[in-house]
Amino acid sequence: MAEQNFRYISKKRRPKEDRRFLAGSGVFVADIAIPGMLHVGLVASPYSFARIRSINAEAALALPGVHLVVTGEDIVAGTDPMMSGLDAPKLRRYVLADGIARYAGEWVAAVVADTRAIAEDAAELVEVEYEPLTPVTDPEQAMSSESPPLHPEHGSNILFQKKWVWGTVEEDFAAADHRIAFRARWHRSSTVPIETFGVVSQWNQAQQLLDVWASIQMPKFHDLLGRALRVPGNAIRVHYDVDVGGSYGVKRGLKHSILGGYLAKRLGVPVKLMEDRLENMRGGDAQGPDRIFDMQAAFNNDGMIRSLKIRALDDCGAHAGRAPLQLGKPVGAICGPYKVNSVEYEAISVTTNKTPQEAVRGFGQAPTNFALETMVDRVAAHLGMDRLEIRRRNLITADQFPYLIPSGSTYDSGDFHTVLDKTLTAATYNDLIKRRDAARAAGKLAGIGLSTCLEPSGGNSAFEPLFNPKNETTTWMEASTIKVDPFGAIVVIMNTSTSGQGHETLAATVAGEILERDPDTIRVLHADSLSAMPSNSPVGSRMAIMLGGATAGAGKKIKASVTAIGAKKLGVAIDAVEYRDGNVVLRSDPSKKVSWEVIVEIAHRKFHELPEGMEPGLQASFVLEVPTGGTLPDATGRVQMYPCYAFESHIVYAEIDRVTGQVTLGPYTVGHDCGVMINPDIVHGMTYGGIAHGIGAALYERFLYDDTGQLLSGTFMDYLIPSSHEVPDVKIIDHCTPSPLTAFGQKGSGEAGYLGGPAAIACAVNDALSPLGLKIAELPMTPSVLGDLIATVENKRT
Amino acid sequence: MSEHDITLKVNGRTYRGKASARMTLVDFLRDELRLTGTHTGCEHGVCGACSIIFEGQAIRSCLMFAVQADGASITTVEGLAEPGTLSVLQDCFWETHALQCGFCTPGMLIASQTLLDKNRLPTDEEIREAISGNLCRCTGYKQIVDAVKLAAQRLSGLNAPVKSDG
Repeated sequence: MAEQNFRYISKKRRPKEDRRFLAGSGVFVADIAIPGMLHVGLVASPYSFARIRSINAEAALALPGVHLVVTGEDIVAGTDPMMSGLDAPKLRRYVLADGIARYAGEWVAAVVADTRAIAEDAAELVEVEYEPLTPVTDPEQAMSSESPPLHPEHGSNILFQKKWVWGTVEEDFAAADHRIAFRARWHRSSTVPIETFGVVSQWNQAQQLLDVWASIQMPKFHDLLGRALRVPGNAIRVHYDVDVGGSYGVKRGLKHSILGGYLAKRLGVPVKLMEDRLENMRGGDAQGPDRIFDMQAAFNNDGMIRSLKIRALDDCGAHAGRAPLQLGKPVGAICGPYKVNSVEYEAISVTTNKTPQEAVRGFGQAPTNFALETMVDRVAAHLGMDRLEIRRRNLITADQFPYLIPSGSTYDSGDFHTVLDKTLTAATYNDLIKRRDAARAAGKLAGIGLSTCLEPSGGNSAFEPLFNPKNETTTWMEASTIKVDPFGAIVVIMNTSTSGQGHETLAATVAGEILERDPDTIRVLHADSLSAMPSNSPVGSRMAIMLGGATAGAGKKIKASVTAIGAKKLGVAIDAVEYRDGNVVLRSDPSKKVSWEVIVEIAHRKFHELPEGMEPGLQASFVLEVPTGGTLPDATGRVQMYPCYAFESHIVYAEIDRVTGQVTLGPYTVGHDCGVMINPDIVHGMTYGGIAHGIGAALYERFLYDDTGQLLSGTFMDYLIPSSHEVPDVKIIDHCTPSPLTAFGQKGSGEAGYLGGPAAIACAVNDALSPLGLKIAELPMTPSVLGDLIATVENKRT
Repeated sequence: MSEHDITLKVNGRTYRGKASARMTLVDFLRDELRLTGTHTGCEHGVCGACSIIFEGQAIRSCLMFAVQADGASITTVEGLAEPGTLSVLQDCFWETHALQCGFCTPGMLIASQTLLDKNRLPTDEEIREAISGNLCRCTGYKQIVDAVKLAAQRLSGLNAPVKSDG
């Protein structure tokens, strides 16, 4: 379908969901209050590694208003451990520490009381006797056989270690004119939504049913919750119509929800568990990738990069969580947008005494893109070649798509050179260079950064079997249902929660496009987990592709039924009529038509006028398999990871204050090609927001730990989130290369900006530092880090 | 914990209630008055999600005890427009899609409205300054700045609203 022929898609339209938030009438989990509801307070370990000798809850239980105190022993007896996603059956992770606290902040006991304030008072009265152990905080030391394992039953701190070789890596390295090696470091940060995680749980004894309202964005949440609580899935109803106050991957409070469900079931009353900010930062288990990249590149005099060796060591914290799998998704774009002949990739995940990770926007791709782009810049520097020129030479050209990379994924479409050129023009690149050079002449540290990065989209599960051969998942399907009522009003039912991505607008726009009805008149609902069709939630930039595709599929079924009813009413064959604006008209004489209202009435009331064999009513569901999905990795680990690949090129100007190390950004231009945009304002908004996240990861945000495993940045006073002062006015330049794999040519874009921003900012900082002979490949480049680095040179001069 | 009777005027309506001495104003608004449009994000005065207009000033309601607000006049997001309608500022937020998840939005509206009350045609820099105490993780602030600019134009009669109530 050509872009210009769309009625509603790609047009400026006000998002459906905005109005309730503007009126202050969104319903977030914190807003849910059920009569008789009790509140949870948590007792957290002050030690990063300690054996729990005893827990005495007498004083806490004596406080008026306290109903219950539970410990790890209760949880081990009453629930099953959470799954790790790896083939590591001896890893056990319970929602409360099971005899050993493995990070500072790990929950040791939970208190239930009439109010949150009483619960917190009581938590302080719980006496826990600890026997401190020697913590492991350095990921490289953690790998040593001399480091005590956090999980003795597992036998080692190494959770996962595997090396894949795709193509003739050694031959290419031997044959190349040059080789470089360097280390890049992506320290631990996260997307840190302004809403913390919360869950309300209510057990109905008569129905044997647990109702759950949670600020959740998570595939398989409902299944995993039932498994841990030892109840069948049909005894849990997760309400997906709760508004989620931002997620960007991390709102996966399975731990919280198991605890809440256990408490609600045990007490027989509704229970609310809301993280406060401190709890969210230290014990919310929602920190992000923490990676050491050892990079090697082999390349020729002409700048062509022939082969890569990448070793990624990830410090996953105290429990596996989704961390190891975040090393998996980048396999699908392991050489970025470049023509690289062969790749070796070693992925290692280790446990240390830190807060566990959760899935973060991009699922490991942003750190990998940062390492790849740093590599490209270092190759250029090695050859004395321009950073733009080396990209132009290595970027895959538009005529090479579909393009198969060594690790087995095929890139669907793209026009990288055109996007880059449009970005350069919009950024007035030559003027930027003049500005930078003038600033340098005036004694400033000024630089220009650029990056050319991929955004894999359409979230599939292929990394799961790649990292655990016992897991043979080859579908992450998504469903959509459309219902037309007897008066013609349309409802679309989606099957998961939403956290700001505009899914209701997406589904209504697509249904409106297919059915040729005004999207503003279409209502979009979120099914609960018992009434829902299959969904794998909005992860991996998948919903434009998957919810959009499924809704288009359901819409086409409705359209076919309407057409058949209309043809019968007109007394002609189906191919003699045409669907037009919801009505059915005779092709040969469009003045003869059957209206939408008449057809809908036939469907609902006049069985005698329905085509033979057609179900009465007017409703359809469609379940979409991920395009290109359905296959397991081959013996060498080659697999199609995600189906669609969006592209972004960033150009950013930066100046660094020599004394404070503060980086000032802007102008900032980003060229973006995510195929056909369903709603441009929504796509642009996520891109601006992704860049803001990228600025945080590149310059400010870090979960910093001391050598004993104590978190030093557990508040918004020391974990610094960019404000409107730090985020410059960003200019987006759109380009559209449709995907051949999707309903309208759309690709995913939920991770836009974040996947290329940190790389571009790091590039700008290094350009600014280059006159001093300095370079840095470590994020975040905080003012103190840069100030100290600059001082090493400036102090020598004075 | 001692309980105190307090009286507040919120969104033009007088409320009487009991608050324990340690209850914050935001908890009182949310839990006692059930005005849940005001949100809590950090509860230590950084994120701005709990912003309200207190005696004409934008303040963080997590940093004030309810008892300190006895007798005060307060506007929350629920009071920015007549029920069932949107203010010009709210409508402009919709027009530019100045929000995604909606969690910081009430605080952003409060901060922006307070700016527009004092400064009818603010510059981009003044808008950024006014919202710099309110953190947003979704938008990167761009469409919020655009919304406030558009609202300023419309309120000054430079650009009539497309729809006053959406």
